[in-house]
Amino acid sequence: MPIVVDGKTFETDEEGYLANINDWVPGVASVMAKEDDLELTEEHWDIINFLREYYEEYQIAPAVRVLTKAVGKKLGKDKGNSKYLYGLFPYGPAKQACRYAGLPKPTGCV
Amino acid sequence: MAKANLEVPELQPYLEIPEVVPGVMAHSRPFVAKPDHQEPLGFPGELVDDWQNKAIAKFGDLLGRYRSLQVYMDACVKCGSCTDKCHYYIGTKDPKNMPVGRQDLMRKVYRRYFTLPGKWFPKLVGAEDLTKEVLDDWYSYFHQCSQCRRCSVFCPYGIDTAEISMAAREIMDHIGVGQKYCNEIIGKVYKIGNNLGLPGPALRDTLEGLEEDVYDDTGVKVRYPIDKVGAEILLVTPSADFFAEPHVDGLVGYGKVFHEAGVSWTLSTHASEAANFGMFIGSYENMRRVSQRIREAAIQLKVKRIVFGECGHAWRVAYSFLNTLAGPWDFLDPRYPVPQHICEFTHDLIQQGKLNLDKSQNDDMVLTYHDSCNVARASRMGPTPGGQFDIPRAVIQAVCNHFHDMDEETIRERTFCCGGGGGLLTDDLMELRVKGALPRMTALNNVMQEKGVTHMAAICAICKSQFTKVLPYYGMEMEQIVSVHQLVSNAIVLTPGEDDDLDDEDEEEDDDESADDED
Repeated sequence: MPIVVDGKTFETDEEGYLANINDWVPGVASVMAKEDDLELTEEHWDIINFLREYYEEYQIAPAVRVLTKAVGKKLGKDKGNSKYLYGLFPYGPAKQACRYAGLPKPTGCV
Repeated sequence: MAKANLEVPELQPYLEIPEVVPGVMAHSRPFVAKPDHQEPLGFPGELVDDWQNKAIAKFGDLLGRYRSLQVYMDACVKCGSCTDKCHYYIGTKDPKNMPVGRQDLMRKVYRRYFTLPGKWFPKLVGAEDLTKEVLDDWYSYFHQCSQCRRCSVFCPYGIDTAEISMAAREIMDHIGVGQKYCNEIIGKVYKIGNNLGLPGPALRDTLEGLEEDVYDDTGVKVRYPIDKVGAEILLVTPSADFFAEPHVDGLVGYGKVFHEAGVSWTLSTHASEAANFGMFIGSYENMRRVSQRIREAAIQLKVKRIVFGECGHAWRVAYSFLNTLAGPWDFLDPRYPVPQHICEFTHDLIQQGKLNLDKSQNDDMVLTYHDSCNVARASRMGPTPGGQFDIPRAVIQAVCNHFHDMDEETIRERTFCCGGGGGLLTDDLMELRVKGALPRMTALNNVMQEKGVTHMAAICAICKSQFTKVLPYYGMEMEQIVSVHQLVSNAIVLTPGEDDDLDDEDEEEDDDESADDED
């Protein structure tokens, strides 16, 4: 099911992940969030941007602990845990946030 | 990706065996693999021309290769013993999820093409042509079997539905009808080294982070080495241990145990995966190819022992098949089992009194233990029968003050699957996963009510991820599932090392021997 952002069409796979990570623009995240009835706040964008930066360096989404640690460092220890992340992304930080960030879905026993 | 909108079964004090509702799960089928997922595994990209004949030819090949399959096709006497034993039948009410119902999907085709009465009088003996409808049924219902083998425990002939499901998936793969989840993942192992697709630099970054965390928590420098040539032990663990929670807390625990044992150990980027999805798709060739990576890493890193982390089906492959898939292991130290399970390793240390354990660190939890099916019914652990049940429990009880087992009908060799095993741990099967978890959730709920249990421990990456996902559907918390070595990690009192106060910069030199990166 392709998604449309500002009149431009973006291909996605059957699970709604962007087909080509290089196509990503911030509007992709906003449109995907809207479909999930979620309003993206600055806190969401912090996570999305971190995911993209990490992916650029390592070609994979960060492990949950790497993510929580980075969040903890930036926003304070009370936010460096998966509860905080699930609060922002109820379907799971690894899967929902990755999707918004245009990253491929993490596969395997996760 | 909306959360699966489904009716979650209500938990009752006792499991009710439901009345059948034919066809109620016919719609459940995982995403089909694309050519990109099929071809690296040696399978055709899409449904081939002349697929019927090719499927029957492959079926014949498997009947010749595996005598067991032929026996399972012939031996069923329809006694009914298996009918109420499958978690997917109990959770979904679909009669094709009764083990015999599932087997018969294949048996009717077997009779049509491989038995004389079926060739001549198909209607009289329940034989059927392999039509597109039958193929669709296969795809749907052979992906509603988690290959947990619980039914085989109760079958008087020992018919193993897991093996039948594996054979069906192998036949389908050979005509170009593969399952996306499993086949994409196997491709990642070939390309990158693990199911998740974690490249070497990401693994190293994650492990360095763990070293920092443990040091911050304890003031002791515990190492999580990777690609260290000449280490004594190669640890092969599921890549979920690097990535997910509560898996990673188990990995932290393994490192602490090795630290206390005083042995050198290493992970490997090349064999950064214990899981072997080649088994789930019944492909001997792919299972072998995945296993070979462990051999290659062991040789390259010049290790003397191989230890497996907490992964259920990996332990089946390791314990039962590793020798023929990737042996001989004559270059390893013959004084130790090949391979050894991390629970076995930890248990030995506990028995020798080599671990200083403070059980009270786990006093905020009351534990129970979920036997993972592939460990429970397809392997052993340690030198004595039943070790696969007793050793993990002994480890838990050595590190926790409060432990209660669940109903005995639901543990040990009669354990219920988590609902996500056998290559079904994918979001496109969420309804099946939630419903299939019903028996385990019932038993857990009961022990919570009766004994005040708060947490359930497991030694399988799939079980841990599956419970994280389905516990909330049943009104419980995702944090209630824990790793066994997470409990060990909490209780272990670390011995300070001489380098604890040194700057890390000063001691990087001994890493020079690290193997070259391949990625």
